[in-house]
Amino acid sequence: MFKCKTSPEVGGMGHSVKRKEDARFLHGKGKYTDDVKLPGMLHMVIVRSPYAYAKILSINKEKALAIDGVLAVITGEDLAQYNLHWMPTLLSDSQMVLPTDTVMHQSQEVCAVIATDRYIAVDGAEAVDVQYEPMKAIVNPFKALDEDAPLLRPDKEGQKDNHIYHWERGEREKTDAAIAAADVVVKERIHLPRIHVASIETCGVVASYDKDTEKMLIYLTSQAPHAIRTILALVAGHVGLSEEKIRIIAPDIGGGFGGKVPVYPGYVIAIAASFLIGKPVKWIEDRSENLVNGFARDYHMDCELAATKDGKIQAFKVSTLADHGYTDSSANPSKYPTGMFSICTGSYDYEHAFAELDAVYTNKAPGGVAYRCSFRVTEAVHAIERMVDKLAAEIGKDPAQLRFENFIKKEDFPYASPLGWSYDSGDYKQTLEKAMDMIGYADYKKEQAEKRAQGKLMGIGICTFTEVVGAGPSKDFDILGIKMFDSAEIRVHPTGKALARFGTKSQGQGHETTYAQILAEELGIPYTDIEIDEGDTDTAPYGLGTYASRSTPTAGAAAAIAARKLRDKGKKIAAHLLEVSEEDIEWEVGKYFVKGAPEKSKTIQDVAFAAYTNFPEGMEPGFEATHYYDPPNLTFPNGAYICVVEVEEETGAIDVKRFVAIDDCGNIINPMIVEGQIHGGLTQGIAPAMYEGIVYDDEGNVLNGTLMDYLVPTAVESPHWETGHTITPSPHHPLGAKGVAESPTVGAPPAIANAIIDALYPLGIKHLDIPITPDKVWDAIQVAKAKA
Amino acid sequence: MIPANFNYHKATTLKEAIALSQELGEEAKYMSGGHSLLPMMKLRFATPEHIIDISKINGLSYIKEEGDLLKIGALTTQSELEHNDLLKKSYPIFGDAVWLTADPSVRNFGTIGGNIAHGDAANDQPALMLALRATIIAEGVDGKKSISIDDFFHGFYMTALEFGDILTEIQIPKTKKNSGGAYHKVERKVGDYATAGVAVHVELDDDGICQEIGIGLTNVSAVPMRLERGEEILRGKKITDDLIEQLGVIASEDCEPESDLRGSEAYKRSIVNTITKRMLNKALERARK
Repeated sequence: MFKCKTSPEVGGMGHSVKRKEDARFLHGKGKYTDDVKLPGMLHMVIVRSPYAYAKILSINKEKALAIDGVLAVITGEDLAQYNLHWMPTLLSDSQMVLPTDTVMHQSQEVCAVIATDRYIAVDGAEAVDVQYEPMKAIVNPFKALDEDAPLLRPDKEGQKDNHIYHWERGEREKTDAAIAAADVVVKERIHLPRIHVASIETCGVVASYDKDTEKMLIYLTSQAPHAIRTILALVAGHVGLSEEKIRIIAPDIGGGFGGKVPVYPGYVIAIAASFLIGKPVKWIEDRSENLVNGFARDYHMDCELAATKDGKIQAFKVSTLADHGYTDSSANPSKYPTGMFSICTGSYDYEHAFAELDAVYTNKAPGGVAYRCSFRVTEAVHAIERMVDKLAAEIGKDPAQLRFENFIKKEDFPYASPLGWSYDSGDYKQTLEKAMDMIGYADYKKEQAEKRAQGKLMGIGICTFTEVVGAGPSKDFDILGIKMFDSAEIRVHPTGKALARFGTKSQGQGHETTYAQILAEELGIPYTDIEIDEGDTDTAPYGLGTYASRSTPTAGAAAAIAARKLRDKGKKIAAHLLEVSEEDIEWEVGKYFVKGAPEKSKTIQDVAFAAYTNFPEGMEPGFEATHYYDPPNLTFPNGAYICVVEVEEETGAIDVKRFVAIDDCGNIINPMIVEGQIHGGLTQGIAPAMYEGIVYDDEGNVLNGTLMDYLVPTAVESPHWETGHTITPSPHHPLGAKGVAESPTVGAPPAIANAIIDALYPLGIKHLDIPITPDKVWDAIQVAKAKA
Repeated sequence: MIPANFNYHKATTLKEAIALSQELGEEAKYMSGGHSLLPMMKLRFATPEHIIDISKINGLSYIKEEGDLLKIGALTTQSELEHNDLLKKSYPIFGDAVWLTADPSVRNFGTIGGNIAHGDAANDQPALMLALRATIIAEGVDGKKSISIDDFFHGFYMTALEFGDILTEIQIPKTKKNSGGAYHKVERKVGDYATAGVAVHVELDDDGICQEIGIGLTNVSAVPMRLERGEEILRGKKITDDLIEQLGVIASEDCEPESDLRGSEAYKRSIVNTITKRMLNKALERARK
C-alpha cells in the first residue's frame, strides 16, 4: 500500500483533497469558449448536407444575404480562392473544409453563414438554397471494396478503390500454423459500432484577427492547443498566419473524451472568416451537429483464439475491417495508424499473435475520433476479453480459472508481448483475486447454478484488461513529426507560493489539483499555494495535450522532475544559508537540514525567498525550473472487473445486479479524483455496452441524431459501482504512477457483454455485439428457440 | 436548435385566448407547458407564426371529485398529478404513469391537457384516458363541448378539437370500491417515450365479477388505442388466469406497432402481451384491496 509522505495540509500524493477547480465549476463560474464575448463579435452557423453522398448543383445565397444582419455566406468556392477548402488530417489524409462540388456524408458542412447574432445566423442558414443531386451512398464497409462500388475519393492521386491502408503486426505464418495445430479454436466476428463522445460542452471557437498587429487570437475547445497552433501555422502559413502570431487559448472545457482533439472544419471556417472580415467570429456547435459528427470505434474484428484442450492459450489472430468514413481523420501517433490496437494480446502469456487491419472509405463522417479509448485499446480489449470468455465456455472451464492459468506472472515483468510492447508492471493474479473476493465470486457461481436449474437466466462476466497509456517515447511516438513529450514549468515566487504551467489541458480531469499535489509531494509547498495554468499557447510550455490518459504519465512526470531540479538548486541555497557545504545538506519534505543537526534547517519557503534576496555569489537568481519529459516507455494500467446480471427471458430486460472494478494504476496521486474518474468511465462503459451506438439507414442517414434517440445513460441506468484498487507502481515513472482515466471505459464493456452472454448461454446464444439492448436480447432468444 | 420567428401572445382568460385565436387565424397555436411544442419548433418541424400562451389562465388547474366524477383541470401539471393526495390514494394509475413520463423538470411544466391535446400516441396520458373512460371538455367559439375519449383521437397529432378549441377539463367516472388501475411502459432509458405502454382500469363486483374494464395502449399504433376486443372477453366474467393469458394474446394481436429504433414489431407485440397481463394483475390486486 502507498503511504503518504506529506501532511494533509501540504496535500501531497495519496491525499484525497477536494478539487481546487470545483469551486468555480459548482458556482457556475467556469469560463468556457461560449462564455467569450468580444466587442464586435460576429456569429457563424453552418449549413449541413441532408444527404450522405450528393453532387452540389448550386448554392444560392441571395435570400440569406437579404436578411438584415446576415453579412456573408462562405462557400467552398470562396475558400478555394485562398486554397483553404481542403485541409490535411493528422494521418496524411485530406478533409474538406467546405465542399466545392460533392458532399461525402450526411451533415457535412456545406457553407457557413456569418451574422450579427446567432439567431439571425440560424435564420440565414435556413434561407440558403442548396440544390443537390443525391447519389447512391456506400454505407456498409464490407461493400466499399466491391468492384462496382463507386470510387469515393477520386480527388486523391493514385486512389484506385476505397481501400485506405493495410496494417499488420506479428507473425502471420506462425500464428496461422499454431491455430491450425491447436486442439481448440474459437472464432467470432465482433463489431464495435460508432459511438459518440457526447461531452456536455459541444465544440466551438472564437477567432479574433487583429489586422494591425496581424495576430490571430483563438479561443478553442481543444485538448491539444499547442499542436493545433502548429498545425494551423503549417496549413495557413501561405495566407500569412505565422506560428508566433497565433495564440490559442483553451479555456475551461466541459468534457473532451477525445472529441476535442481534432481540427474540425467549423474551426477553420471561423478562423478564415475572422481573417477575411477582420472581426471576431464565434462558432458554437449545437447538440445535433455535435451528435452526428465526431465518433469513435467502428471496427469489425474477425477473431480466432487457439488453445490446448485444457485451456492454455497458444495463439490469437484478429483481422479487422475499419470503417473510416470519407476520410481517415484518426488522431493517432504517426507510426500507429490503428493506435495501440496491438495491445490486443491482452493480459495473457502466449507466443503467437497476428493482427491486421484494412481501413476503407464509406459515406460517413470522418473516422477515427477517439472516445476515451486510449487509441483503440477499447476495441483491442473487447476482442481478447470476449474471446477468452468464449474459450472458457467452449471448453467448459470457469473463466476466472482460465485467466489465472494464462496470466502473465508478476515476476515476468517487464514482459515482452508478442506484438511488440514491453508491459511495465502488474500483478494480475492479485487484482483478479481481489475482485473475486469483493464480489463473492464463488457464491455467485453457486447461485447461478441454482438459478439455471430453475430455468432463470443469470450471468457472471469478467474482464481482466491491460491498458497502454502515456504516449509516448520519442523514438516511436510523434504527431506530424512532433515527438509526444510533455512539459512542466514551475516558478516559485519569493514568498514561497508557486505558479506551474503545463503543456497539457484539463477537460474536467482535475489537473489543477493533481499537478499541485505532485508539486506538493516533491517540494513540500502546500498544494493550496500552487496555481496551475494550462491551455494558453503564449504562456504555457509546449506540449502535446491531454488525451489517451497521458497527462499523469507525461506532464505529471515532467512536474516531478522539474521539482527535483528546483530541489537541487534549493540545496545549494540552503547550504549557503546554513553555512555548510552542499554535501552536508539533507532533504525531507518541505525542508533542508544539516546532516546530524536537524534543528539547523531552512524551509523551502526560506530557500525560495533567498533565491531572490540572498543567493550564493555566482548563482543565477530566481527559483524556476522547466522540464520536457520524454517517457522511456508507456505505462500499463490494468484491472479486473466482474459484473453480475440477470436477464428476464420473457422481455429481454437486463438487470445489472453488481459491478466490481479493481483497478491498478500504480501509485495514486489523489484517490478521490481517481475514483471519480473510474465512476465516470464505468458509466461511459455501460453506455456502449447496453445503450449507445450510432445507427445508419441504407442511405447513410443517421437515425439517432438527437439525445432523444441517442441513449446516453444517466444515474438511473448506472448500477452501484463498487471500486477498489491494487498498487503495482510503474518502475519507470518518477512517481510510480500510471494513467487511469480510460481503464474503466476499456474494461467495463467486455465485462458487461460477457455477463449478459453468460446469462444467455444455456439458450445456445454464444455472442452478441454491443450495444446489447433488451430488444436485441429478445430477438436473439427467439432465434435461439427456433433453432432448438 | 433555434426556432423560426414567431409572435408571442399571453392570454389570461379562456375568452381572451379563444378571441386571440380567431383574430390571429390558423397560423396561431396554443401553448400550455410547451414541452412538446417547443422542441418541435426548435427543430423547425413546426413553425407557427403565433403562439398563444394559455399557461397562465386562471382556474384551470385543479384535481377534485364532484358528484360521480373526478375532474382534472387541463392546466394541472404532471408533477401536480404526481404529488396529489387524492390521486395517490384513489387513482394510483396516475402515479404509475407520471413517474415514467419524461423527467421532473419537464413534469413541472407539462400539463395533462397538453399531453392529451397534442394527439401523440407516444404520450402516456392518452392510454390512461382510454382506460379510465374519460370525457374531454373543451371550450371554443361556440361554447362548451364534451367529447367522449373514444371520439377524441383522430390521427397523428390530430384530435377532435377544432380550430380555436381549448381543452379545459378531463372528467373521469369516480373510482368505486373494488376498482383499480395500473400503468406501465417499457422504455429504453429513463425519460424515454414508451417502447410500449399499457393502462388498465378494472371494476369488480362483490363476487369478483368484472363489471367494467378499460385498456389503453401507448405508442403501438398511430393513434392512441383502446383494446376493445380485450375488454370484451373480460367484461361480465370472473377473471381467471386463463382469461388473462387470452387477454395478453389479444393485446399482442390487436396492437399495431412498427419496427424502429425501439425494437422489432415482434418484440413490441411480445412486450404488449407481457405488460398487458402484468397491468391487469396489478389493477386486480389494487381492486381487491
